[in-house]
Amino acid sequence: MSEVAEKVKAPAEPLFSKKNRKLVSDPLSDNNPITIQVLGICSALAITVQVEQAVVMSAAVFFVLALGNVVISLLRNLIPGRIRIIVQLVVVASLVIIVNQVLMAFLPDVSAKLSVFVGLIITNCIIMGRFEAFAMGNKPWPSFMDAVGNATGYAIILIIVAVVRELLGSGSLYGIPILGSPIPVEGYPNGTGLFDMGYMNNNLMVLPPMALIVVGIIIWIQRSRNKNLIESH
Amino acid sequence: MKVNKDNTGYIFLFTFLLIGVVAVILSILATSLAPQISKNNETKKQMDLLQSIGIESTRANAKELFQKYIGSNPSYVINNRGEVVEGNAFEIDIRTQHRDKSISEDAKKYPLFIANKDGQTLYIVPVVGKGLWGPIWGYVSLKDDKRTIYGVSYDHLGETPGLGAEIKQKFFTDRYLAETVADENLNYMPIKIVKDGSGAQPQKVDGITGGTITSKGVEEMVNRTMEIYLNYLKTI
Repeated sequence: MSEVAEKVKAPAEPLFSKKNRKLVSDPLSDNNPITIQVLGICSALAITVQVEQAVVMSAAVFFVLALGNVVISLLRNLIPGRIRIIVQLVVVASLVIIVNQVLMAFLPDVSAKLSVFVGLIITNCIIMGRFEAFAMGNKPWPSFMDAVGNATGYAIILIIVAVVRELLGSGSLYGIPILGSPIPVEGYPNGTGLFDMGYMNNNLMVLPPMALIVVGIIIWIQRSRNKNLIESH
Repeated sequence: MKVNKDNTGYIFLFTFLLIGVVAVILSILATSLAPQISKNNETKKQMDLLQSIGIESTRANAKELFQKYIGSNPSYVINNRGEVVEGNAFEIDIRTQHRDKSISEDAKKYPLFIANKDGQTLYIVPVVGKGLWGPIWGYVSLKDDKRTIYGVSYDHLGETPGLGAEIKQKFFTDRYLAETVADENLNYMPIKIVKDGSGAQPQKVDGITGGTITSKGVEEMVNRTMEIYLNYLKTI
């Protein structure tokens, strides 16, 4: 049935048609996977302690989601409906292993940073969610655009949370001490920079609950600016 | 031809094909990348060993520096009574050995590397232990008096970033410098990780705020391993 319908409107729409652009721009704000769909919360709180990790994780999710969405979309007419979730899991797990192996061989230092997240990527509900909700029913190119949008939307939130947590929790950004260093050095028993004046890191920021609170604040700000996002029920 | 996708036969066929394709891709990839990966791991090990004697290296020059400072000296494998046993020190995987509960304490092998830096003989002891979330490991180098710490390098698999993961940072490893693991007669003395800021005193090292369990893991792994190696170091 659906195949017939697709063939009728086959004279293709342009690659960057309004509809396709919307696939990318929607998840950035109004349909953000973390703040609106509330998916991928687990990884958002596990790895937003430092900006560097958030960036590595975002890049990995971007890659796996983009490839996975295309693969699932290509297979969508072959996948038996009853075992589709398992097929999706096999695809995402294999992709993650391939990515990790290639990184281990050619970029070992990146791989060392990523290895901890391998399990987190496989279980990331954004990836399964996009496979199931989008790639199973759409052609490869729109699926790819959808992956780009969702992965970027995920990355934005991840990095915002990581910036807040690293700055307030460790006084640094991307490992660079911004507010000074709490480690005592010669002549500065309390550390350097702001720490010398009595500033202290907020250790709560380093712990997972603060990620939820920061995400909560982002959701609050977003919904108070755009009332359409507030569900009425 | 229209296939019925809910047909059990089709489901089985699809599953087998999918698994077959995935298995072939993954095994080809794993086999073809294995030599490169093991070479990378070897380089990483050389870099960690070099770091413990205070030499910073990159992947490009690790091999050359390793040969210069460590590779040209003999290395030994000892057992937990301090006797030298057969084996290639560089090839022993102490992390696997530590994890494997089926190996008895007596059968465990402990590699010892000797380095020569600026005319001084240094003894490099690999250590492995348990952090909060997973394994932690590293190398501790001793000066030629066999009891004063010359340098350390620690690493971890998945400790909390900003807390336990800080053990690999220089500010923490530097706290171990010049601590002693034994008295003048090479009788074992533990190094304690403390919370009260008294780390400047001998045999004490300040822990990491918020990283207590990882810090305690470092304390345990260094002390346990040093006690074993001192059996051997006493005899030479």
